[in-house]
Amino acid sequence: MKTLTPEIDSQPEAHQEHDHHQPPKGIMRWLLTTNHKDIGSLYLWFSLIMFFIGGAMAMVIRAELFQPGLQLVDPNFFNQMTTVHGLIMVFGAVMPAFTGLANWLIPMMIGAPDMALPRMNNWSFWILPFAFLILLGSLFMEGGGPSFGWTFYAPLSTTYSNDSTALFVFSVHIMGISSIMGAINVIVTIVNMRAPGMTWMKLPLFVWTWLITAFLLIAVMPVLAGVVTMVLTDKFFGTSFFDAAGGGDPVMFQHIFWFFGHPEVYIMILPSFGIISAIVPAFSRKKLFGYSSMVYATASIAILSFLVWAHHMFTTGMPVFAELFFMYCTMLIAVPTGVKVFNWVATLWRGSITFETPMLFAIAFIILFTIGGFSGLMLAITPADFQYHDTYFVVAHFHYVLVTGAIFSIMAAAYYWLPKWTGHMYDERLGKLHFWCSVISVNVLFFPMHFLGLAGMPRRIPDYAVQFADINQIVSIGGFAFGLSQLIFLAVVLKCIKGGEKAPAKPWEGAEGLEWTIPSPAPYHSFSTPPEVK
Amino acid sequence: MSQTAANKKLVKLLLLGAVAMFGFGFALVPLYDVLCEQLGINGKTNANAAVYEPTVIDTDRLVTIEFISHVQNGMPWEFEPTVTKMQVHPGELIRTSFSAINNGSTHIIGQAVPSVSPGQGAAYFNKTECFCFNKQPLDANSSADLPLIFYVDNALPEHINTLTLSYSLYDITERHLGTALTQGAAR
Repeated sequence: MKTLTPEIDSQPEAHQEHDHHQPPKGIMRWLLTTNHKDIGSLYLWFSLIMFFIGGAMAMVIRAELFQPGLQLVDPNFFNQMTTVHGLIMVFGAVMPAFTGLANWLIPMMIGAPDMALPRMNNWSFWILPFAFLILLGSLFMEGGGPSFGWTFYAPLSTTYSNDSTALFVFSVHIMGISSIMGAINVIVTIVNMRAPGMTWMKLPLFVWTWLITAFLLIAVMPVLAGVVTMVLTDKFFGTSFFDAAGGGDPVMFQHIFWFFGHPEVYIMILPSFGIISAIVPAFSRKKLFGYSSMVYATASIAILSFLVWAHHMFTTGMPVFAELFFMYCTMLIAVPTGVKVFNWVATLWRGSITFETPMLFAIAFIILFTIGGFSGLMLAITPADFQYHDTYFVVAHFHYVLVTGAIFSIMAAAYYWLPKWTGHMYDERLGKLHFWCSVISVNVLFFPMHFLGLAGMPRRIPDYAVQFADINQIVSIGGFAFGLSQLIFLAVVLKCIKGGEKAPAKPWEGAEGLEWTIPSPAPYHSFSTPPEVK
Repeated sequence: MSQTAANKKLVKLLLLGAVAMFGFGFALVPLYDVLCEQLGINGKTNANAAVYEPTVIDTDRLVTIEFISHVQNGMPWEFEPTVTKMQVHPGELIRTSFSAINNGSTHIIGQAVPSVSPGQGAAYFNKTECFCFNKQPLDANSSADLPLIFYVDNALPEHINTLTLSYSLYDITERHLGTALTQGAAR
């Protein structure tokens, strides 16, 4: 078949490289590596470890909420758990996972030998573990770690926080620097290192979505760095950015934070759109429906994301015209997002579909992410938001878009590209088991939260009124089941690295893209001479 | 080689973008105040004394003015308006006051921060004299009468019939002493 030719072509290159560029052995290989595949693996492993640490915190939260009353942890520790769970999952699990995928895949997808700035690439990964060591270390300090919610609203993070806030600020700075370096690397790679003939409108959608995500990162991570710096100086150096007594304004904190925060949520979902746009066509054995509309939809979502931040703040006493403006802008985002969902469905239409694990996760993504999108639309309705604000309805909403959205897409990506990374097929039976356990438990976990929220249960509380007890019990059981199910994923990955059926260069019949033209596992150096793209 | 040059150029541009956005984060602070003032949405009143120009007093119209006060948690002061509600004509110069008692055992410096609700009315509430323009130092176990002179602008939009003036009182003793100390050190 056609796929064999490039496989043979790339062999001689690989042999030439072997003499000079074999990686050093042991720990130094990983510390000093500038290889995009090594760094991609480091990011992915780091993200998986953080996913389990953040997940363990979620288990503490769900165990405490299993029944009303305070039984396992004291409220201060509970607040630290909700705060650090959020920070770890956002900055430690989802974002590094996407950066890891970008490192592994973007050079292979555009026919480049490596990322454009390999040494900076090494730095942007290796400062990350320190950021999280600092953050996790603060939990063991006297008075505990951050307990003001991942959104660190002033004055909770200024007037009412403890001294470990300085560590929190410092760790967020490091995470920000890491993300910005990663984003710069992605942009330079995509702009300057595409293989001859790889024109803009031929780029795989994962590359497109990541390019746009990288611009979002460069635009908003510095604003996050700015706002944590203001918190730091307000708390320790006597400034009054957010302190009314000194002429500041605590509501301004929310404006600056959400100016970062809303584009941030798209940073965590746009690469998912790229992943799903690769997997759905592969297993439908059809071309993606509406490629160019996908590109434009991604760009419009990114632009609109700068105009909607205040929908997080409807209850702060904004004037009506501002509430209406942000409500309509928010609803407008449903249009490009809808374009995407319809394009995926149209791709499925009359395709010859098979349901391997990546496809199962991708289909679950489309359905469950759409549910999360719809609850987001409900929250966008200003008058309704006054009821839903700060209830479990919000918790249900953002877990649908982040867990069954972002995380499911990362799982799908892992299953889809694991054969390319390891050279072995993963255990399909275990993969399917992981999927079914996850998809059932995740809905037991998050769907009833909608009802809790509509019934008025506030978020971020360690204790609750007894009428919420039954549903909380169901939610907690779903939570424990979902947490345990992820151990199956770990088993699949380990098993796949150790061995398994040998994977061909292109293990998926309908897969498209340059990464499938090189052998599996991908050689340490690929595309040393650029491929010709027709 | 040209690849390296192109990379360097793009990296510089992107770094510049990141630095600019860091600056933009801080620029949002003054921008926020300016926007709030221009759009009249934050309920902030004039920070400096307004000058009263005797104009026509609109005797046909009555506007209700409510006064409320709030003391920072843990601050041992009583701080209340002497009159909680009054009806005034737009253009009329009104004198009222707040009373403050320091029940604590130390000298405390307070700072009252005003806010008018609805926010759109703030621009029409003009204070010619207000204790909030200055700090309010009070010795232990002493009290003071804090004066406020204001008028409501004739141009107050028709749909606003009630203006609520709220004062939040903060303890700024530490902050004030802190600046005094650093200023002393600078000398």
